[in-house]
Amino acid sequence: MKSRILRRSRGSMFLRMLVRAAVLRRGRAIAALLALIVAAATATAMLTLYVDVQAQLRKEFRNYGANVVIATKDGQSLPVEILGKVQTMLHGEGLAVPFSYVVARTRDGQPVVVAGTDFNAVQKLDSWWSVSAWPRAPHDALVGIRVAQLLGPQGKPFDLSFQGKTIAVTPTGTLQTGAAEDSRIYLSSPDFESWTGVGPSTIEIAFSGSREKIEQRIHELQRALPFAQVRPVRQIMEAEAVILGKMRATLLVTAILIIATAGLCVLATLTGWVFDRRRDFAVMKAIGASRRMIHGFLAAEAATLGAVAAVIGFLVGIVIASAIGRINFHAPVPPQFGVLPVVILGSVVVALMAAVWPMWLLGRVQPANILRGE
Amino acid sequence: MFLRLVYESFRRQKRRKLLAAIAVTLGAGVATAMIAVATDIGDKISRELRTYGANLVITPEEDTLEVEIGGLNLKPPSDGGYLNESDLPRIKGMFWRNNIVGFSPMLPVNVTVNGTSIPLLGTYFSKPLSFGKDKFAAGVRSTHPWWKVTGEWPGDDSQEVLVGEGLAAQLKLQTGDSLEVNHEKHRISGILTSGGIEDDQIVAPLSIAQQILGKPGAVRRVYVSAVTKPEDELARRDPASMSPEMRDRWYCSPYPQSIAFQLQEAIPHSHAKQIRQVAQNEGKVLSRIKGLMLLITISVLLASALAVSAAMATAMFERRTEVGLMKALGAGDVRVAALFFTEAMLLALIGGAIGFAWGALLARFIGRSIFDSEISIQPVLLPVILTIAGVVTFAGSAAAIRRAVKFDPVYALRGEA
Repeated sequence: MKSRILRRSRGSMFLRMLVRAAVLRRGRAIAALLALIVAAATATAMLTLYVDVQAQLRKEFRNYGANVVIATKDGQSLPVEILGKVQTMLHGEGLAVPFSYVVARTRDGQPVVVAGTDFNAVQKLDSWWSVSAWPRAPHDALVGIRVAQLLGPQGKPFDLSFQGKTIAVTPTGTLQTGAAEDSRIYLSSPDFESWTGVGPSTIEIAFSGSREKIEQRIHELQRALPFAQVRPVRQIMEAEAVILGKMRATLLVTAILIIATAGLCVLATLTGWVFDRRRDFAVMKAIGASRRMIHGFLAAEAATLGAVAAVIGFLVGIVIASAIGRINFHAPVPPQFGVLPVVILGSVVVALMAAVWPMWLLGRVQPANILRGE
Repeated sequence: MFLRLVYESFRRQKRRKLLAAIAVTLGAGVATAMIAVATDIGDKISRELRTYGANLVITPEEDTLEVEIGGLNLKPPSDGGYLNESDLPRIKGMFWRNNIVGFSPMLPVNVTVNGTSIPLLGTYFSKPLSFGKDKFAAGVRSTHPWWKVTGEWPGDDSQEVLVGEGLAAQLKLQTGDSLEVNHEKHRISGILTSGGIEDDQIVAPLSIAQQILGKPGAVRRVYVSAVTKPEDELARRDPASMSPEMRDRWYCSPYPQSIAFQLQEAIPHSHAKQIRQVAQNEGKVLSRIKGLMLLITISVLLASALAVSAAMATAMFERRTEVGLMKALGAGDVRVAALFFTEAMLLALIGGAIGFAWGALLARFIGRSIFDSEISIQPVLLPVILTIAGVVTFAGSAAAIRRAVKFDPVYALRGEA
């Protein structure tokens, strides 16, 4: 009974000492806390960006267009139902756009490649296409810049013939890409199919996700469509992997550097703070506190400081990371809660390390010497 | 006396000085490395973005439409214009020649193999060329880095060819086999994987394609891979409508448009334009990455400034007994403050200089290990870093020094701070 009261009062004394120490020396405690918060906030912001930068940059890289192409092995049309099948297999994680091609002739016998596609989808897939006006109405055509120069003044309807069938189309806009598209005429899929009777021969897909995931999806698609050829666009995939890898490595090195610097500065600040209070500890020791108790007190104080700073720093850090995300990527960077335990652990460890050195120094010194001011 | 005080202070308080100096050194080092990396990253990433391949294409000025589906060229071979192979080295004579990472001429022809028509692409692989005193290599190995060859790349003057993997599987060909193209035998030196239409083609040295076509020196188009600057308002304007100064500025900026313009000037009777898929997106990715690094650098600078100031403040605060003693001995506030500021500035200079050297090493390490190239440190950065270190140390110690100086010496000496 007696021992329990004693233990309880000892416990409450311990807590009281912890709280009073922080309250009475507010200025110094706040300075140490602030230093820890800065370090924790920077660590959180850098780690959050490191985790998220891949997702952010992948969105930018999807502007490069398709990274997977489905085509038949011999240039024939793909079965009609294939587009729907591919789209259900994507689970909304990508964009699939069909293309069909024939060589038609203009009125004066000039051969020209005519393509049929879904304009709304292509607008999203190939954002680099420089188009003066997208076709809206049936029988509207998008004309490559070189075809437009050849056909003369823009806006005049013209005829195209394929295997004896003729279609009259109105050019609504010109298309400029600097590649093969400049020499083609694009029609909407329904117009194209009712005119030529030819279905899509190529499906271009822009997958979002990691390289492994894309490779797995390619495998799945290939198994589901044995008659077709599913292949990655290596030009796009490889360059993306290279740049992402370099960016992540740069961010990681930056994160390590700044965390190490902030951590060491915190160490300097905290060591000073603990060392500064050697008189308090000398008094404690003089009135009978055991060395274990003083060490325990110091450790508990350091750990509490570290944990509190880590939580506040984490909150500040996610605000900084999301601000950077909004300014630079125009998209929020979601908080990564997986970072929190790492930050708390790191913060507590740094705080404890800061307490170890002064503790060791204090352990060797007689309280009388400290109290005498030596 | 003043100098002796400073000297003794450094000699006797090694622990405190060391901690403060380490803080300043680390802060200055990280600042140096980050500024160097952030200023150079645009250039580094734009070189890396060249793995996307050519961003400009040169075609003959007078050309008929391309009639090409899935890589199969349906245009009669006699049709259309050609560029002259002998004009190509002039690309390396233009204003932005150092930004040209590589170029490859292309000449597609159709050939007969086993009675079927198959496309053959003539190009350079890595052909040594020279312009004036400049020596360089041009070819697909620099403009199409994603092309992978199992076996060996053919020599540019050899009679060897590459076969795309799709075609090789279809015709059951292997490296080392001989292939009869238009009744002439060629050794297959390797199998090409490109992930594009070339997988179903034969790729041969340019001279073989010219021979088949019967037009020596003819080139259908040239792909150019150039390091460019993201385009802005000025880049999109028509050079014909610009004032002379503005036109000079446009001409001397490595925009895709101005490099295309210069390519057109270098190669007679040609038309050069950007490949928008590569050129446009490159600018976007580049500006995002540069923006990210800029923001990160600013936050890192702020954070290390705060951390260093906190460390300095603590180091100063610990010494209020000393201040009390000096004041008790009759030193005025100004003299005490001057002493401490001199110490702080000395720390900032030493820490800043060591930190700069350390940061420069760090930046070199980052450049070497991540980008395989040097990140150069501008000497201008040294005074900048020293100034920053000085300001941060000053700001960090100012408050602590003020408090120490204001404090009554009696209390300070009694240890009742």
